[in-house]
Amino acid sequence: MVEIIKTKNLTAYFGKKCVLKNINIEVYKNEILGVIGPANSGKTTFLKALNRLNYLNPSYHEEGEILLERENIKKIKDNVLRKKIGIIFSLPQVLPISIYDNVAYGPKIHGIRKKSMLDEIVEDALRKAYLWEEVKDRLREAATKLSGGQQQRLCIARTLAIEPQIILYDEPCSGLDPISTAKIEEAMRELKKHYTQILVTNNTKQAARISQRCAFFLMGELIEINKTSILFTSPQSRLTDDYIRGKFG
Amino acid sequence: MNAHLREKFAFFILGIATLIVILPILGTLFYILKNGISAINWEFLTQPPRNGMKEGGIFPAIVGTIYLIIGTMIFSLPLGVLSAIYLSEYAKDNFFTRLIKLAIVNLSGVPSIVYGLFGFALFVIFLKFGTSILAGCLTLAIMSLPVIITATKEALEAVPQSFREISLSLGATKWQTIRYCVLPYAWGGILTGTILSLSRAAGETAPILFTVAAFYLPYLPRSIFDQVMALPYHLYAISTQVPNIPKKISFGTALVLIGIVFIMNLISSILRAYFRRKKLW
Amino acid sequence: MSKLKTIKEKTIEFLIHISGFLIILFVILIFLFLLKDSLSFFKEYPFFKFLIGKKWLPISDNPQFGLLPLLLGSLYVTFFALIICVPLGVASAMFIAEVAPSSLRGILKSLVEILASIPSVVLGFIGIVALGPWIKKIFHLSTGLCGFTGSLLLAFMALPTIISISEDAINSVPKSVKEAAFGLGATRWQTLWRIILPHASSGIIAAIMLGIGRVIGETMVVMMVTGNSPVMVHSIFEPLRTMTATIASEMGETVRGGLHYFALFSVGLILFIITFIINFLADLFLHKK
Repeated sequence: MVEIIKTKNLTAYFGKKCVLKNINIEVYKNEILGVIGPANSGKTTFLKALNRLNYLNPSYHEEGEILLERENIKKIKDNVLRKKIGIIFSLPQVLPISIYDNVAYGPKIHGIRKKSMLDEIVEDALRKAYLWEEVKDRLREAATKLSGGQQQRLCIARTLAIEPQIILYDEPCSGLDPISTAKIEEAMRELKKHYTQILVTNNTKQAARISQRCAFFLMGELIEINKTSILFTSPQSRLTDDYIRGKFG
Repeated sequence: MNAHLREKFAFFILGIATLIVILPILGTLFYILKNGISAINWEFLTQPPRNGMKEGGIFPAIVGTIYLIIGTMIFSLPLGVLSAIYLSEYAKDNFFTRLIKLAIVNLSGVPSIVYGLFGFALFVIFLKFGTSILAGCLTLAIMSLPVIITATKEALEAVPQSFREISLSLGATKWQTIRYCVLPYAWGGILTGTILSLSRAAGETAPILFTVAAFYLPYLPRSIFDQVMALPYHLYAISTQVPNIPKKISFGTALVLIGIVFIMNLISSILRAYFRRKKLW
Repeated sequence: MSKLKTIKEKTIEFLIHISGFLIILFVILIFLFLLKDSLSFFKEYPFFKFLIGKKWLPISDNPQFGLLPLLLGSLYVTFFALIICVPLGVASAMFIAEVAPSSLRGILKSLVEILASIPSVVLGFIGIVALGPWIKKIFHLSTGLCGFTGSLLLAFMALPTIISISEDAINSVPKSVKEAAFGLGATRWQTLWRIILPHASSGIIAAIMLGIGRVIGETMVVMMVTGNSPVMVHSIFEPLRTMTATIASEMGETVRGGLHYFALFSVGLILFIITFIINFLADLFLHKK
């Protein structure tokens, strides 16, 4: 198992409020790492720290290190970092342009202008997101006309189009119907072959279904991280056990 | 008198006040229309004045006003949009930013004659442009900045934050995000604000008094360093400095000036309604 | 990203940052240019003599540059304009915001906007051809071009500012406050007069201040309509002269670099300072909550 991301004593604040305390975690290549925990435990903050999106909030500041392939991400420019680490947000956010243009936005930003190349990239990304069959005949239609589940898969395609190494998911299936959820989980399983994925979810059962390892966050601290099978059957911490059993949440 | 009667009376007074405001507006417009419409014909709009302004048309003044509008836009639009982008997308919440905002408030309150004096001192004298279209447009441009900046800033802030987040998360730089993901959706507001601002500039007299306006020029301007005739100044001149000017001509000039200003205002309002309806999000 | 792209992007971001700074620069430049030529004036003519001098006789053999007649002309005309437009403006704002049915509201607001867009020179023109003669007849004056005519027109010019900002202030009173008043059995008028208006007062004060700024700074209307008499007047029905009209009408007759020329810049400087203060205060009131 090759390590791809490592955090060292990562501590994060929004203003005076500490939202992450001393997080030391390793993420391995091509795994799906689940991140579970109740609301406000810092899961999303942790996720967004990896691609520095937290800095969009002017009150954010952090201490500690985040290493991507042994390199401190502070040494990497924002836009380069975010090309390597893509993110899917919890509410499907599509731009008010066509389906095609949504997916092509990323590649165009990165300098790909030739139509034939863009066509190829768009189709490839939509296929990997399990959306191609449903939209192949209406690529020029407004993306806002798609259903919630389709829009979310469009967001996945959009991220895949920039060819990241790592994909972050921030509760991607909240508010989606079971069928859409199943399709997205299916896509994630297929993507494992070429991408590292980190999935933040409120749905412990989903984490159990698709992740290989799982991390439990509570109140900004990493309580426990282990192989999913072990975490869910014999967790080391009482807190983990209680949370998984639904005794609090 | 019970409360309901008091309310009826009070509302009646308020209504009367509003009427007192509204009636003169309509009255003025109809008065100008009635007295000026007879002057409006092809000759009036396309011929220069003759016989000491008492005959002929106002063509050079119309052309001059159009030149001033275009020139003002060339200078004020880029600067206004860039400043607004700075305020909306780059500025941090600090003293410098508050200073800029204060500066905008003050620029919008400076009397138009002070702009004229400033434009004269800076552009005509100091920078040696002389009384010219260039000096006039630069003066009008600075005067137009506050409106354009405010309109642009509002248009930018109306674009949802999620757009920026999406673009940045796909690896775009800040400027790429602004250019491809924010600005395209703000053009409606920017256009509306610009046209409104230009319509005001078109009607201004004081800023152009010493910077560009001429009473009579026998030829149309040939370069930006030439003086020019302009509708507002023309109206002022013929109503205060030309004795026995035929009523038709002065009212006709007023009508054309109001016409141009109103048409621009109308275009701005129509655009505003159009973009509001086309709301993409 | 290619090197060229990075350079292009850095350039445009530089321009963006400069633009913000340029705005401040313009305000400073205006002040500096006015100051520079005013100082040339004060070198030759004592500041206090200027400030409280009662005679403005720029082209006599012994030129006098007393600001007082001009300052008082501006203040006089402003004061009378305010007497007219503040009650009318606030009342109309109240009517439009709270009383008029929504169908009427749109039309009224459009009409007010139309008033706002009428160029000042056109209003000055109306003053000369219609209002002036009218006032002359009604009040049996020797000329209709006097301070009063100017005040009337200025009042109308300030109305849109006062109406729209007051209306904003009234509309920004939270619904919960209104509903609480209704819940206690107040009529719409009682709510408007006793609850909404006090709540909106800082916004309305700001509106009035901005109206004052507009009126004091107006040039064309006063130049065309208030007569041409830079003297200390005793009644608003006499011809007078404001600071703005003085600059506008005399500038063309001055010799560049002469004392009269610099004197006009000093008047401009005083104007700039007055409107600067008014706008600064108005902005404070607008952001007071």
